[in-house]
Amino acid sequence: MKWKNVFAIAKKDWIEVRQNKYAMVAMMIVPVIFVIIMPLVFTLLIPRINVAPQDVLNSDTDIQFFIERMPETLSKYIDLTKPMESMIVIMLGFMLAPMFLIMPLMFATTIAAESFAGERERKTIESLLYTPATDADLLVGKVTAAAVPAILVTWIGFALYTLILNLAPYRFFQRIWFPLPTWWPLIFWITPALVLMGIALTVIISARVQSFLGAYQTSASVVLLVVLLFAGQMSGVLYLSVGVEMILGVVFWIIALVLGYFGYKTFNRGALLTGKN
Amino acid sequence: MSEVIDCRKVSFKYNGVHALKDFSLNVNRGEVVALLGPNGAGKTTSIRVLNGLLMPESGSINILGLDPRKDGAKIRARTGVLTETPALYERLTAWQNLSFFGSLSEMSRIEVEKRSNHLLEVFNLQQRSRDRVETFSKGMKQRLALVRALLHDPELLFLDEPTSDLDPEAAKQVQDLILQISGHENRTVILCTHRLYEAEKLCDRVAIMKNGSVAAAGTLEELRMQVFPLLKVNFRTAGKTEKELVGILSQMPGANEVQALTNGELSLVVDNEDRIPAMVNALVYAGAAIKAVEPRHATLEDIYLRLQHAGEEMKQ
Repeated sequence: MKWKNVFAIAKKDWIEVRQNKYAMVAMMIVPVIFVIIMPLVFTLLIPRINVAPQDVLNSDTDIQFFIERMPETLSKYIDLTKPMESMIVIMLGFMLAPMFLIMPLMFATTIAAESFAGERERKTIESLLYTPATDADLLVGKVTAAAVPAILVTWIGFALYTLILNLAPYRFFQRIWFPLPTWWPLIFWITPALVLMGIALTVIISARVQSFLGAYQTSASVVLLVVLLFAGQMSGVLYLSVGVEMILGVVFWIIALVLGYFGYKTFNRGALLTGKN
Repeated sequence: MSEVIDCRKVSFKYNGVHALKDFSLNVNRGEVVALLGPNGAGKTTSIRVLNGLLMPESGSINILGLDPRKDGAKIRARTGVLTETPALYERLTAWQNLSFFGSLSEMSRIEVEKRSNHLLEVFNLQQRSRDRVETFSKGMKQRLALVRALLHDPELLFLDEPTSDLDPEAAKQVQDLILQISGHENRTVILCTHRLYEAEKLCDRVAIMKNGSVAAAGTLEELRMQVFPLLKVNFRTAGKTEKELVGILSQMPGANEVQALTNGELSLVVDNEDRIPAMVNALVYAGAAIKAVEPRHATLEDIYLRLQHAGEEMKQ
């Protein structure tokens, strides 16, 4: 494998995606909502709700249920004597955490679908296949093109989220409270695994479907996993503690590696040209 | 002359159907060879197999001394391919496209820049090098695709239907450019086309494909000898009905495929031009006035059609 070829392919894909306004808008909506709009809405609006502070946590049965079933390892981060602060910690520190994973998945699957199936749909794949780049150069180049921005955007988004969550409600907290320890494995252990899972699935699907949309829609179904995590936490079945996250990460990495292996096996010039393995 | 392509009895199946069946082709260095055939004859598949994109099921292939099954990347470093559609990245500029393909072809940035500038100049695209490809006309895209195929100065160039989607003026421009680049010493060119005049105009030799294999190959003269060694003769007559004259000519020794055309015109095929005077005499004796006699050798079109319909005649 030649790294020069890998970076040339990745760079070309980045330029192409950057020039695609529709893909860019679709990809940027989710980070803007989760990283900027939601934290600002919660931190700036919750304190302005016309409810007595002690009633804030009692106003929603879901939140009461969430607090009641919370393991001690997590509940220690919530000071129930400060209802307004607790509400922000519960909403933005715990409940929103799994939804944050949608961001890397969206990026990874959109770029990967554009890169693999999109090239075939636009018939540019053939000129690429006639270059001296090997199958490994092509695969690693395209995986890099999808993985690097997905992970980077998540990490940058996380930094921005941290900044907003500490600065916007500072008058209530009077301290730097975020990130909670549960966020570190989420961002640095689970995110890369999910990104690779999404890309590997897209590679496998792209070899079988003819269009970008077909590949994107199928591979984006990985988002269901995130929704399940969100639902699991909301229903009190699965709280994302550091321990749970580490185990989940291992599971995701194993799935990512197995899918990656099949993706690697699926990936060859003939399959990319003809859509048959 | 050294052989650049030596391909013997290569077969490849797509969806269970033979796209190539016992495909054999030999091409020498510096030759310009046309692969002629209707859509689905296997022209594009043969380019893909020869460049190691598709793996054949059987047969032996030697391209530039290498086997595409094992050395696909090495072969592709020495070949250039103009695909049927320009297959350019439309959202990228012409320069970005060339820079990308150049870097994958082991060229340094300086080499890419130098060579791109030269080729863009030759192909009259220099002024538009910083514009996105999506703003180009079809002809410009095809010329840029040709620049891309030539960027790394390949020894062996494959041109797949280079003018199929172009208007006559753009097609002429591309044909002139092909003539120009094929004049380059040592460069071998394989031109896939179903435009017979293009093959006749641009190529030294022709390989006519049918159902995934080469039905006949050679220079026009060699093909005539192999496929159509007869002479076509047109008689322009007056004074007698065409039906009567067809009856007379059909009985003459050496006359074949006698047909009545329009306005007293007749066409037939003879094995030797020495037979023509006797035919003229017979027609004059029957009372016909001979306005003109036009003997001609079989054209590439005659040869091509004869080969493509050979099986049908056998069935009939």
